[in-house]
This record gives sequence, structure tokens and C-alpha cells, in this order.
Amino acid sequence: MGASAETVLFWIFAVPLIASAAGVVAARNPVHAAMSLVSAFFWLAGIYVLLTAHLLAFVQVIVYAGAIMVLFLFVVMLLSLTDAELGLEKLSALKWVGVVGAAGMLVLVVSALAQSGPRAMRAVGADFGTVRAVGRILFTQYLLPFEATSVLLLVAIVGAVVVAKEKI
Amino acid sequence: MAQFSFAFPKPGTKKLLVGATLGAALAIPALLAGLLVFLVPMVNKPLLDAFIREKLGHVPATWVGTQWVYAAALFLAGIAMFTFAAITGGIFSWYERRVAARIQSRIGPNRVGVAGFLQWIADAVKLLFKEDLVPGEADAMLFRAAPYFVVAGMTLVLVALPAGQAIVVADLDVGIFYILAVTSFIVVGILLSGWSSNSKWSLFGAIRATAQVVSYEVPAGLAILVPVLMAGTLSTQGLIRAQGGWPWEWFFFRNPAAAVAFFILFISQLAEGNRTPFDLAEAESELVAGYFSEYSGFRFALYFLVEWANLWIIGAVATTLFLGGWQIPGVSAQTWASVRGAGSFPAFGWWALQFVSLGIFAVKTLFLVNVVIWIRWTLPRIRIDQMMNLCWKYLVPAGFAAMLFTLVWQMVATWAPIVEKITALVVFAATVWVTWRFLQQTRKNVSLIAHERVDLSNW
Amino acid sequence: MSKLVLRRLDRNNEEMLINFGPQHPSTHGVLNFLVETDGEVMRRAIPDIGYLHRSLEKIGEMVQYPGYMPYTDRIDYLAAMFANEGYAIAVERLLKIEVPKRAQYLRAISCELNRITSHLVSIGTMATDIGAVTPLVYALRERELLNDLLEALCGARLTYNYHRIGGVAFDMPEGWRDKVLAYLDRLDSSIQEWDRLISTNEIYRKRLGGVAVISRAQAIDYGLSGPNLRGSGVDWDLRRDVPYGAYPDFSFEVPVGCGWAGVVGDCYDRYYVRVLEMAQSSRIIRQALEKMPDGELTAKVSRKPKPEAGEVQSRIESARGELAYYLVSDGTERPYRLRARTGSFMAMGIIEDISPGLMVADLVALIASLDVVAPETDR
Repeated sequence: MGASAETVLFWIFAVPLIASAAGVVAARNPVHAAMSLVSAFFWLAGIYVLLTAHLLAFVQVIVYAGAIMVLFLFVVMLLSLTDAELGLEKLSALKWVGVVGAAGMLVLVVSALAQSGPRAMRAVGADFGTVRAVGRILFTQYLLPFEATSVLLLVAIVGAVVVAKEKI
Repeated sequence: MAQFSFAFPKPGTKKLLVGATLGAALAIPALLAGLLVFLVPMVNKPLLDAFIREKLGHVPATWVGTQWVYAAALFLAGIAMFTFAAITGGIFSWYERRVAARIQSRIGPNRVGVAGFLQWIADAVKLLFKEDLVPGEADAMLFRAAPYFVVAGMTLVLVALPAGQAIVVADLDVGIFYILAVTSFIVVGILLSGWSSNSKWSLFGAIRATAQVVSYEVPAGLAILVPVLMAGTLSTQGLIRAQGGWPWEWFFFRNPAAAVAFFILFISQLAEGNRTPFDLAEAESELVAGYFSEYSGFRFALYFLVEWANLWIIGAVATTLFLGGWQIPGVSAQTWASVRGAGSFPAFGWWALQFVSLGIFAVKTLFLVNVVIWIRWTLPRIRIDQMMNLCWKYLVPAGFAAMLFTLVWQMVATWAPIVEKITALVVFAATVWVTWRFLQQTRKNVSLIAHERVDLSNW
Repeated sequence: MSKLVLRRLDRNNEEMLINFGPQHPSTHGVLNFLVETDGEVMRRAIPDIGYLHRSLEKIGEMVQYPGYMPYTDRIDYLAAMFANEGYAIAVERLLKIEVPKRAQYLRAISCELNRITSHLVSIGTMATDIGAVTPLVYALRERELLNDLLEALCGARLTYNYHRIGGVAFDMPEGWRDKVLAYLDRLDSSIQEWDRLISTNEIYRKRLGGVAVISRAQAIDYGLSGPNLRGSGVDWDLRRDVPYGAYPDFSFEVPVGCGWAGVVGDCYDRYYVRVLEMAQSSRIIRQALEKMPDGELTAKVSRKPKPEAGEVQSRIESARGELAYYLVSDGTERPYRLRARTGSFMAMGIIEDISPGLMVADLVALIASLDVVAPETDR
């Protein structure tokens, strides 16, 4: 693909990504917000593909859009929260704190980008982002964190069973 | 010997009707095959470049139109795949009803066209003209959006699903993983449709469906790992290239664990496609229609389109992973290369061979589709706790065992390839024997009731 | 009714209340179940009946004795012959009439044929409710052939109006006997086919075995009768134990549930008792056709009978259990009071007590296994 097609595709993915990310924040209905998040994950996967990180893109889709968001939706739907229960009115003070925090973050990111200046992206090898490459890194350089994560997940699973089951 | 009575078409049928039906029955699949064979391989960049260079007479690197040709090829391939899904889904709907009717000693749809072949078109038109009803208390936006998630989940799978030697829109190096990932959109769609309908039946169905699909993704993933370990790649085309044309070169026969994994995968696919005996989500006798109880018209049609297009996907994924995909017996990779010719744009023989490979793939897939339909009209539905037990207590451990066995097996097979060859022949012979016994028993059962009479007169 | 029911529910936010009906694919007529569920597991299912109430008992007080016979057909449209017979026997007892032997044999044949059609529908819909759609079509195919035979006998396929006070309306048509015998041969092989088709299916056995167990004591306490009672292991059949009509002349067995797929009294036992009963019905019909005596079709009965004042009860073994008529006469040509006790109504009573802890899918199996027919419940 040529550079121009890549740019077009970038915008095709980026604009809806920003829009759905904004939707997550703006939607009053929690289910709508969760759905915006699902759609944001989808467009983000597109960006990952453009960066030739295919594996990451689809891991992201299967884990977040497929599993975690389903869990979110489950909880949100079954709680069937009303506005009163969500306490939207009480949040006005917190809202301003959030705005200030977000603005600070924006300033930080923009200034960091401005300082680094325009740079060409580093060219990557054909092997970049493939299952083979990711696997090699995961099982050599990052073996310890990888195993630690699996222990963490195991703990979470056992914890979930203990919490869910009344008597074992 | 059994007596067969067969009359097709029935005497007295109008010639025009016969002509129209036969025309449609031949032209539609031919058109689909043509679309697949000639459009889909063109999405491949080297081929497209060769096309621009040799057929259009431009230099791809400098010509202004190159990008437009790329875009047009992508667009057309997208249209081709979606058309393919829609039309096979439609034809399957007619076919399933005919087969169901045969199983139930009925006639089935036989009014629109000869043998009712045009029924699916009539049904689609009818559904399109129906009112698109949104329940008053429903969350209108999500209610309208939900079917599209389901359709997207189905259509995106087609991108990485091969149908022939070069017939795949994108041969991703994470192909089979991609297929697993995008099917998760179906879950989101189902959950949404159930919740947004604001009906207790829909919610019930949606929760059942979600629990089921999310659970069965685990054994499906484990079963998929077995051929992936054997081939050493996640790419769908790579998986097929690692197999061969003859049955004993298929993964299914080469490794006893793969045979087990095939059944695990097939059961999981039935569950993920909400087919009997796992149709708990749309259990008619319990939940009315499950998560799409409240849908009507076009959106209802979309759910059914997905259900039947999923039949092809179920068959195609299993064929790709275990049954040798499009491999033609006796045609090796060298044959493909020599037929392609020296030029960068392939010769005519190559295209012809593509047709053959598509045919082989379709035959295997349609066989599995038949099995799915046959199961649907034979078995009762299992209960949700039994469904969960089957998944977590039987399929998941069996999947793990198959995966571990395959790891050892691959080491043995690399050390002594003869072991794999002998196993393949033994398993193949065993399968042939089991099939033969099964057919004998079926014949015995039929003759107990029908007394040597096989009536095919209403086909 | 529904308000009364709702008051009995101790509702908190954990449970979901579902109206399982009145229009629902597996309630076998217009029935409603108020189902209180916690996810898939039911807290309770409360039957809410009355949607098909047509005042049939009250109509009985308005019409003359012979004129009520067509109404009895509507009590249970799947087994109308029994409703005919029960009413006829009750009036005959009131009038102290002896029914001719040939009429009694024809009554037994017609009732047993009707028992087969009714059981075919019952086991067919049971399979459909469990999710296997195909067996129903097979059952209905067999039933259509049987309906043809019944139509030849009495001119109707569903609401027969065949029995008369003192006998039956018509004699067997010519050649009917051979047709019935040919059908029974077919039936015996199709029962075997049925077993291969669904009864021995592993999923089917797992779905029904050990589900909704009704113990022997419970079945008796709740007044269950017929196949439902026998499914719980109680060896009780009015045809044998309180014989009426021609039944003392025939030898047959009474199938009793013995836990074929798990526990005695589960859904599978109630289902399989019905399958076995069809074979026994076939046996009875063969004997009746063989021993068929000559004679009158009806006893001498006045066209406007006026029985003496008094009360009488008749009990017969219908396809859905004990069907009892209670008639009070005040000496006029109309009954003073008519009451029908039906099997379905009694079966409905037990659902609320059996349902706690079952899954929603099991409720469907329970309803189907009790063979509840809405018009018989409501009358």
C-alpha cells in the first residue's frame, strides 16, 4: 500500500475512534457508554493493524471487545441503574476536578510532543508484530513478568470462585 | 434391493417454471463461484500489480490510477464476499427446510419455483416489505444497531476464510486467531439485542447465548491450537498448505488427538452458532424466540441471514483446520507453481485449477453443513447446566489433553515421520469402517420400517 | 385471580417474575404460569388457569340429557371419546339402563383408539418441548391415519359425539375391522421406531430422567391419576381395578413407572408409561375385534329421558387420568347439577409444589410430562 492510502485509512480509523471515545464520556446511559467503548476498541484495532501489529490488534479485540466488554455489559445491564442511583447530580464538583485533570493531561501530552519535534517513524522489519516475534520476546526478555501475570490471573480466578460460591 | 422411485421435475410442471428455476439454480452458484475465483485473488498485491502491468499496460509504481485500482479491488472483493454470504445463506435456508422436510416425512416448500428453489428469494422480499417494528419501551438506538453487530461478526470472518488456493481476501499471518476475535462481535450484538428489546424473554435468551458463546470459545480455541501446533502457523492458508490432498494427509487423520480436537471444535462451533442441540438461546419451546423475539422485517431477516451464513463458516473453518481445505489430491505446490506459468500474471490453467480447488473446498464444507442440518433435526436440546458441564468438565480438559498430546506427538513425528504416516492410514481405515457400519445400521433401521422402499418422489 | 397470586409472592429484587403464557409455544393451550425465577432456576411456578373456561358444567344444567353429549366433546378435544363415554355411563346409571354387549365393545375400541391418538400427541409435543421437532411430525403422521379410521367410524376427526346414552351411534363400517388390524400392525412397528427415534436418545433421557420427581405419596396426595399416577409407580388403573364396560373381558397389563432413566416418578417415567400404554391399547383393540359379539347398538331409551331424583357418579380411565362425572337429577329432563372431575385439573395442582428448584427448561418438561390440556383444566 502506498503512503497516501495509509493516510486515508488512518483517518478512516482515527476519526470514529475519537468520536466513540468521546461517546464513552458523553453518553448518559451506561450501556450506550459501554457500547461506545466497544466501538472504540474496534477502531483502535484498525490503528494497530496499520502499525503492522496484527496480533496485538486481534488480541485486543478478543480480550476487550469480546470478553471484558461483555462482562461490563452484563453487569451494567443487570443492575439496570436509574439516574438517581447513579447519582449524576452529586457529581458536579467531581466533574470540574475531572475537567481540570483532563486539561492538564492534554497540556502535558501536547508539550511533550512539541518538545520532541517532528520525527520519521522508525522502519520495522518484516517480522515485526508477528506471532513469532511477539512470542520470542514474551518467552525470553519478558519471561518473568509473563509468568508473574499468569500467577496474578490465577489468584483472580481463585478469588472469583471464592467470592461467588457460598460454600465450598 | 431397495426400490427407488424418482420423478423430477414432476410431470406437468410448466416449462417456463422449470427453466427459470434451473436457470437460477445453475446461474447463482456459477456466478458466486465466478465472483470468488476471479475477484478475490485479485486483492493480492503482486497479482494486482501484474494485472496493471500486463492487462492495463501501466507501470504500477508510477501510474496515478494504481491506488484507485487497489481501492476498487478491495471494494469489489468486499461486495463479492458479502454477496456470497447473503446468497449462500439464502440457499441454505431453502435447503435446510427441504432436508428437514425429508427428515420429517413432509414435502417442505415446493410452491415458488420447481422444488421450491426460489422460496428464499420470496422470503427475503417478504421480510423486506414488512414493518420494521421497534417496541415502545425498547432502547431504540441500540435495538436498531444490534443486528449490525451480529452481521459484522459474521461478515468479518469471511475476510480471512479461504475458499481456494488463492481465494482468500487477506491471508493474515494471524488468520485463525482473527476469526476467533471477530466472532466476538456476535456476542456483543446478541447481548445488545436482548437487553435493548426490553423483554424478559429476549434478555433471558441473550444471557443464555452470551454465557454459551463465551464459554465455548475456550474449548474451540484449545481445539484450534492442535492443528496450529501441527502446522506451526496461524495463517489459514498456511494451515491448509501444511496438509495434503489425500485424506491421509489431512490433520484429522495424522494425529489421534487431532481427530478428538475436530469433534471438540465441531461441538463448540455448534454451540457458538446456536445450533441444536445448543439452541438454548432461541429455544422456541422455552423462550419463544430468545434474543430476537421482538424483531421483525429487515432486522429479523438479518438474524436469519447470519444464522444460515454461519453454516458455511462452521463448515469452512472445520474444513480448513482438519480436512485438508482446498488441497486437490495429487496436486502439489510444485504443480501449482508450474501451472501458474513464468509470467507474473497467471496462465489460464492456474485459474482453472482455482475452480477445482474451490469445488473441493465447497464439497467438504457442504458435507459438514449437511451434518449440522441433520443434527439439528434429529437431536433434542440440552439444558443450560448440562451445556456448561459439557463445556467445562469434558471439552476443556479434553482440549488440553489433545493439545499436550499433540506437543509430544509433533516431537515423535519429527523424529520418525513414519509413525505419522502409519497412524494416518490406520485412523483413515478406522473411519472408513465406522462409516460403513453406520450406513449398514441405517439401512437396517430403514428397512425395518419402510420395507425396502426408498421414496424420493417428492424431490 | 392474578392479584391473589401476586400477593402470595414475597418479592424482592433478586427474582424475576415472568408470565409464562397465556400465549406461549409450550403451554399446550391457553394457560399461564407465573414463574418466579432467580436466573435459570425457578423459585416457583404458579399455574394461572381459567383462560379457556366455557361454563361446560353450567351448560349441562341447561340442556336435556341426550343434548349434552356433543358438549362433552369440548371438555377434552384430544380425547373426546372418553368424555362421551363417562357422561353416557353416568346417565345410564341414573336411568338404570343395561348397555348391549356389542355397544360396550365398540365403546372400548373407540376409546382405546382415542387413547392412542391422545398419547401420540402427548409424547410428540413432549419431544418438541424438549427441543426435538422431528418426532412430533412422526407422531402426527401416525395420528392422521388413526383419525381417518375414527372418521370412518363416527364421521368426525376430533369431536366425535359417537357414544349415546345406552350405546353408540353407529356400527363399524364395512371393512373397517381389517383396516384397524392393519393399522395396529403398523402401530406396533412404529412404536419400535419411536423408541429408536427418541426414547433411547441420550440427551432426551438426560433431560427427562430424574427431573421433577413426583413421589408415590405425593402423587396420591395430590389426586393425580392415569399415566401421571402410574408414572410415580402406583399400580392403579380403573379399567382393571374398578372395571366398567367391556374391560373385564380383556386381558392387558398396566405399565407402571420403574425409573427407566433415573428416579421413579420423573418426567421420563410419565412419558414412557404413555408409550407402553399405546401398545396395551393396541392389545385391547385386537381382543375386542376378535371377540366382538353381535347384537343391538343401543338399549331402549326414551328420547326425552326423565330419570328419578337422585345422584350418581361415573369414573372411567381417560387418556389423561380419571374422568369422573357427578350428576344430580331432580326428576326433570335436565340435570340439576353436572360436574366433571378431570385429570388435567388435578395435575395442574401439583406444579406449584414440584417447581421450586427446577430450571425454566424443566418446567416445560414437567408441563409436557403431565400432559395438561387447557380445555380439560378449565372446562
